[in-house]
Amino acid sequence: MSLFAYIVRRLLLMVLVLVGVSILVFTVMMLLPPGQRVSIYVTSERVTPAMMDALIAKYGLNDPAPVQYFRWIAQILHGQFGYSVTASAPVISGFVEFFPVTLELVLFATPFIILVGIALGTLGAVKKDTAADHMTRVFAIIGYSLPTFWLGLLLMMIFYGFGGIFPPGSLSNDAHGVVYSAAFHRYTHLLTLDGILNWRWDVFWDALYRMILPTINLVVINSALIMRLMRSSMLESLGQDYMMTARAKGADNRTLYRVHARRNAMLPVITVSGLTFAGLMSGMVITETIFDRKGIGWWMAQAAIHLDVPAVMFNVLFLGVIYVVINLIVDLIYAWVDPRVRLA
Amino acid sequence: MSSLETKITGATGRAEHPRWQEFLFTTRRFLSNPLSVIGLTLIVFFGIIAILAPVIEPPKYPDHYRIPHTGFRIEPTPPSAAHPLGTTQQQYDMLYGLVWGTRSAFMIGVLVVAANLLIGVLLGAIAGYFGGTVDEIIMRITDIFYAIPFLIMAMALVVAIGRGLKAVVIVLIILEWPSYTRVLRSDILVTRGRDFILAARASGASHMRIIFTHILPNAMYSVLILASLNIGTTILTAAALSFLGLGSETGTADWGQIVSLCRNWIVGAPGNRFAYWYTVFIPGFVISLFVLGWNLLGDAVRDVFDPKMRRR
Repeated sequence: MSLFAYIVRRLLLMVLVLVGVSILVFTVMMLLPPGQRVSIYVTSERVTPAMMDALIAKYGLNDPAPVQYFRWIAQILHGQFGYSVTASAPVISGFVEFFPVTLELVLFATPFIILVGIALGTLGAVKKDTAADHMTRVFAIIGYSLPTFWLGLLLMMIFYGFGGIFPPGSLSNDAHGVVYSAAFHRYTHLLTLDGILNWRWDVFWDALYRMILPTINLVVINSALIMRLMRSSMLESLGQDYMMTARAKGADNRTLYRVHARRNAMLPVITVSGLTFAGLMSGMVITETIFDRKGIGWWMAQAAIHLDVPAVMFNVLFLGVIYVVINLIVDLIYAWVDPRVRLA
Repeated sequence: MSSLETKITGATGRAEHPRWQEFLFTTRRFLSNPLSVIGLTLIVFFGIIAILAPVIEPPKYPDHYRIPHTGFRIEPTPPSAAHPLGTTQQQYDMLYGLVWGTRSAFMIGVLVVAANLLIGVLLGAIAGYFGGTVDEIIMRITDIFYAIPFLIMAMALVVAIGRGLKAVVIVLIILEWPSYTRVLRSDILVTRGRDFILAARASGASHMRIIFTHILPNAMYSVLILASLNIGTTILTAAALSFLGLGSETGTADWGQIVSLCRNWIVGAPGNRFAYWYTVFIPGFVISLFVLGWNLLGDAVRDVFDPKMRRR
């Protein structure tokens, strides 16, 4: 199969999955009584019960499910997601406000997760059955077994509670004042980047400083999967004949591991980086809640507690779509790097 | 007596059943790995606690899963004779909560995994054995379930069907079966083409008979390994939901719930900065040990049963 045919096939499959995801989210939503579902169509806070009944009738929330489904899809395609009580704003405005906070932490933490995973996995494979290997395995098992929320609380207790450093939140009061002042232009809504662009290094450092602890939390929990996979995949490529050939031709250990073994061992790791995103997003709900960062995850948790149905459904749909697209990109990269995948 | 014969009949000269020999071999392998033994010890320890819960901490209310609390003072109290592990916020007794919480944890884990096994294995067997359209439909459904980050979907479902420990169990059952279906299906695809299946079919065995007596027993191992590894993740997810306030009510003997009570106490008192360490540390530590136990056990089971790892 050519790369083009493969891409077309995958795109078609993606559309199918996306339709499925929308049906799944819709089904979940239909479990709620019409009185709660009507909030999707509400665009402000001031709505009386009588208006609610009128809205239920107007939008036909007692119609047969398929009719409602297509109506709902049409709404979504027009960008209408309703009013979020927890954001005190329409869902879209809430999203615009909260998403950059999450994106910033994801962009900051992901490289560390991948690097730590690959580095420790390589170490474990190269030094197989030594103390270093055992240490990395213990690290992985801990990453699998610790509850995200507990690790976060412990980190906070030790660093913030005891040490008085790394306070929660995404900005100090001073920096917050600066960011929301008229002189500060929010080009990207990413605090660190905006800090640099406005030449306000105090904002940049403050935003960066407060991302350190959440990042440690996310790295410990999420790099275990990559680490394990990297280790086993590295062990496999170390055992290949071409390693022997390279060694026979006089390559030193450094070249052997870096150029010959690791490059090939990275392939399966590409595949799980999609999974890492899912883990990261689930971890984000907890991490943002604990470290008081008002991002998508924090919003999702608040919305779930306060039965803010429009916000919950929007976030599920959004994260589902993002996840599907990321997985597609990951698969395409994989197919591009390793032609054998396309032939299968 | 040839050496082969000694092997088969054992030192006593009595012929031992091959399954018994296999069992002994497996047990020895299992016990030779210290990590497996640690995992097993942890789970047995928690099992004993769960069984002996009424003896260790006699229930004080008709609903055994309600933690007794002395007063409503917000500030947690440190360990004392009356409360060996201290109390949480609002004076819930920590030890009682943890001991009875062990029962909750086992119930959640076992219920969810058992139901998942049932659903996942059934659908996986159907998909893998019959193939074609049925297979396509079932596998595309699992794709859809895989397309949404797990905890996010679980939160949405809890919102839809209502909070509480029961809701959490139902939600986890709804969401976790696809992994079993996938694993079993791929195993069956391998087993299906083997000669002994063809032989069974040629001799006129029915589909049901082939699935249940020939295919499933051969394809079960990876599913069972997955199950033991999944008990840990199930407990973690349930605890996370409770921690977020979507699980059990305040005061229920449920580990995630107890951790959520400690959230406001990470900063100690002036002069004693770790003043409330016990309320933060203990419940999370217990969850970690429980999950660690299942993870080690799952790893051990995989190593023991994986034919590639055996006899090396």
